[in-house]
Amino acid sequence: MTRPFRYIGTRRRTKEDPRFVTGRGRFVADIALPGMKHVALVASPHPSARIVSIGTDAARAMPGVLYVLTGEEFCAETDSLYIGVDAPKVTRYALARGVVRYAGEWVAAVVADTRAIAEDAAERVEVEYESLPQVIDPEISLAPGAHLVHAAHGSNVLYHRKFVWGPVDEAFAKSDHQLAFRATWGRSSTVPIETFGVAAQWDPVAQLLDVWASIQMPKFPDQTARALRLPGNAVRVHYDVDVGGSYGLKRGIKHTVLVGYLARRLGVPVRLIEDRLENMRGGDMHGPDRFFDMQAAFDRDGTIRALKIRAVDDVGAYAGRSPLQLGKPVGAICGPYRIQAVEYEPTSVMTNKTPQEAVRGFGQSPTNFALERTMDRVARFLGMDRIELRRRNLIRKDQFPYLIPSGSTYDSGDYHAVLDKALAAIDYPALERTRDEARRAGRLAGIGISTCLEPSGGNAAFELLFNPKNETTTWMDSCLVRVDLSGSITGVIGTSSSGQGHETLVATVVGEILERDPASIRVIHADSLNALPSNSPVGSRMAIMLGGAAAGAAKKIRETLVAIAAHNFECSAEDLEYRDGDVAVKGVPSKKLGWDQLAEIAHRKFHRMPPGMEPGLQAKFVWEVPTGGGLPTADGRVQMYPCYAFEAHIVYVEIDPDTGKPSIGRYVCGHDCGVMISPDIVHGMTLGGIAHGIGAALYERFAYTEDGQLASGTFMDYLIPSAMEVPDIRIVDHCTPSPLTTFGQKGSGEAGYLGAPAAVANAINDALDPIETSIDTLPMSHLALWERISAARNKQGRP
Amino acid sequence: MNEKLYSIAVEVNGVRRTDQVPARRSLADWLREDLHLTGTHLGCEHGVCGACSVMLDGEPVRSCLMYAVQADGHRVTTVEGLAQSDGSMSVLQDSFCQTHALQCGYCTPGMLIAAQGLLESNPNPSDREIREAIGGNLCRCTGYQQIVEAVRLAAERMAEESK
Repeated sequence: MTRPFRYIGTRRRTKEDPRFVTGRGRFVADIALPGMKHVALVASPHPSARIVSIGTDAARAMPGVLYVLTGEEFCAETDSLYIGVDAPKVTRYALARGVVRYAGEWVAAVVADTRAIAEDAAERVEVEYESLPQVIDPEISLAPGAHLVHAAHGSNVLYHRKFVWGPVDEAFAKSDHQLAFRATWGRSSTVPIETFGVAAQWDPVAQLLDVWASIQMPKFPDQTARALRLPGNAVRVHYDVDVGGSYGLKRGIKHTVLVGYLARRLGVPVRLIEDRLENMRGGDMHGPDRFFDMQAAFDRDGTIRALKIRAVDDVGAYAGRSPLQLGKPVGAICGPYRIQAVEYEPTSVMTNKTPQEAVRGFGQSPTNFALERTMDRVARFLGMDRIELRRRNLIRKDQFPYLIPSGSTYDSGDYHAVLDKALAAIDYPALERTRDEARRAGRLAGIGISTCLEPSGGNAAFELLFNPKNETTTWMDSCLVRVDLSGSITGVIGTSSSGQGHETLVATVVGEILERDPASIRVIHADSLNALPSNSPVGSRMAIMLGGAAAGAAKKIRETLVAIAAHNFECSAEDLEYRDGDVAVKGVPSKKLGWDQLAEIAHRKFHRMPPGMEPGLQAKFVWEVPTGGGLPTADGRVQMYPCYAFEAHIVYVEIDPDTGKPSIGRYVCGHDCGVMISPDIVHGMTLGGIAHGIGAALYERFAYTEDGQLASGTFMDYLIPSAMEVPDIRIVDHCTPSPLTTFGQKGSGEAGYLGAPAAVANAINDALDPIETSIDTLPMSHLALWERISAARNKQGRP
Repeated sequence: MNEKLYSIAVEVNGVRRTDQVPARRSLADWLREDLHLTGTHLGCEHGVCGACSVMLDGEPVRSCLMYAVQADGHRVTTVEGLAQSDGSMSVLQDSFCQTHALQCGYCTPGMLIAAQGLLESNPNPSDREIREAIGGNLCRCTGYQQIVEAVRLAAERMAEESK
């Protein structure tokens, strides 16, 4: 992989940015269809109740109101949404029927001429409820006799299994020391600035439902069609809608089935745009809400021999794909460390809260947080330097490919080099002096370290692991590349984008292979009926999968051009050389067919084409995830994602002891995601991921009252870090190419977020260490910190 | 629905626009739905995220918190009005492209308005002042750093141009 690249890895402007800075983005709220009607929702104020009656007359009687839909009709006419685990009785529809299971659950949908009228009418829908027992705390939900969120399921547990990989008990018995503690990850999410929205239009003659949505979801058209009882080719999803942020989250399948049903039922175009409260309460887009009971077995020299991890995740009232967020971390369950044996006991439990959706990293960031708190606690126990402890346990460069106990093989890495680079960049000895001086001056100051992995190139292996009935062993992506008669290149992709720069990615890769300027290459988002299969930009996969597919298609074009030239020069392909799109006989520059000539032959001059070759100049490439395709073993081992990026975070914090307010000083992130195709895009996503991680660590929480009401449903109480909370961050790049991918690239869509919460949490604890207190619960809010500081001071007899 | 309508006249991006609007029509909805200026985005509709920012007489305001009738007689600039007179990107817009100061692009119009407001009053801002100026605009993609770089670059380029 020492071959120099012409376009890959160079700083170049993205193709997407100009339309956004000029206000020409096309988001779902910008889709205006003639005669379009608008939806507002009636939400349950109760976390658990029986619906006694729904009175719709007053709402229907309002001028401008077209229809009021309730769960009775909707659930009879559509099918339950797909869920990831094997729990068929946990049905899920967009509208409740009979009972409501969380405060904010949609009970009815009002369709009107304008959104304002629909909202007014929604307030006139009269719902009578009979309150039922509720369960809000996940540990109470697991206890015998708990109220059942779904009585038909017979339990509040959606998924539970104990995996044992390697000689765990033996390692615990033989190790010098053991420790145990609980780490808690608070309920937060990615909370994009654009809420979810969807518009749909039914053509009764063509029998076709057109859908425009701010979507980022694998199998979205298929699941929409299935729930609406339509054939797959009766749903056309338009992927040329710009998505205003997602980070894994925007899987508005319930919204889409609802709007699709209404559009078909009423014969008019219908649009639903969530308002912010709707998004945070009833949009079903919360993230992991999880505690870990961690046990570590280790020797006095710092060798970590085994882990026991019990993870309980509160997914809220319905399943979706959320239980699977306990499954993805299996692929990096021991982090970047040489830990030989791991016991992992994930439990997915339901409560009367808003359901979860996929959040950046799909459960990996909470797991990394628990692992990195473990590393710091082990170091503290042994009185060993935290960096030295990590160095002793990190997988060495010469050990790759490295098989971990749970069955995944890490492709490549040089973890020690990245950590060393980060330490050098921040001048670690000087940083320690800064901290120690601050402490001597009476301030609470700390340094946090985390070293962790970003599994990338997403496949579906965790689905198989958590549901033996599911045999999805391909998670392909694809690209179509066309060269037209004029010689212009167009790339066609089958997914929407939410800021990842897929147009830039495809243009860069195709330009690299064909040696044509990426700025001249157009990339379009086809609709789902035109497109080749895609599994959408989840699991940090598109640099690998879409990049690989685009490269594969471009290589076919290149081979075709060489074959045409060989036929015309009556020589073999080996006698030719390809340069800048022109093909010439080696050593005879005058015998050359230029790019334009070759394109013209392919499009117009069949008599000059090799026998048997298709006319025109286009190629498709469908690629399966590298290393994918296998089923799990009986003891639950499976190869998860193929590529593993590494990051080493170092952060400095100080905490105001009188208010509990933390402030972040310097921040360095050493990052190795292999070959970067577009460095500005990788750096941007990493910086954004760190900011998001700072939010999860310190500020963001979907808090619930004891009686099940969401207490943070606005941006006044769900706190997203602003430019004042996020520090200037220095990213230090390192490149260990992946041997599995086209150019050596790995994924980076979850970068930063996977290590920032752990690093910030470790920094806070380092700051609290001198006053002999600690905290293992996220978010570490000002109040939580102030309470601990006050208690510690009181204990020490200080005011 | 027969809501009472009010006459307004607003200069939007240099063009005088007159309309009849209900009292409860927000400025954001009027710009987006009646004038089809969809570059202004709604993120929270309660005045926190800043995505809907527009200039009112040269000062950034939240168009979700203002009624269209309140803009009567005033001058409004949206993201569509930031380009140069020949239609090419402004130095600020171009600088956002140069440093990749955006990803999904949803908060970007509000960020541009906030930054434009800053540069008009403070042509040579420090990083701290840039962060304060965009401190009322939430971005979930970038972590703000490349936005700060873009505003700094724009200030430098504008200073260079005015020499």
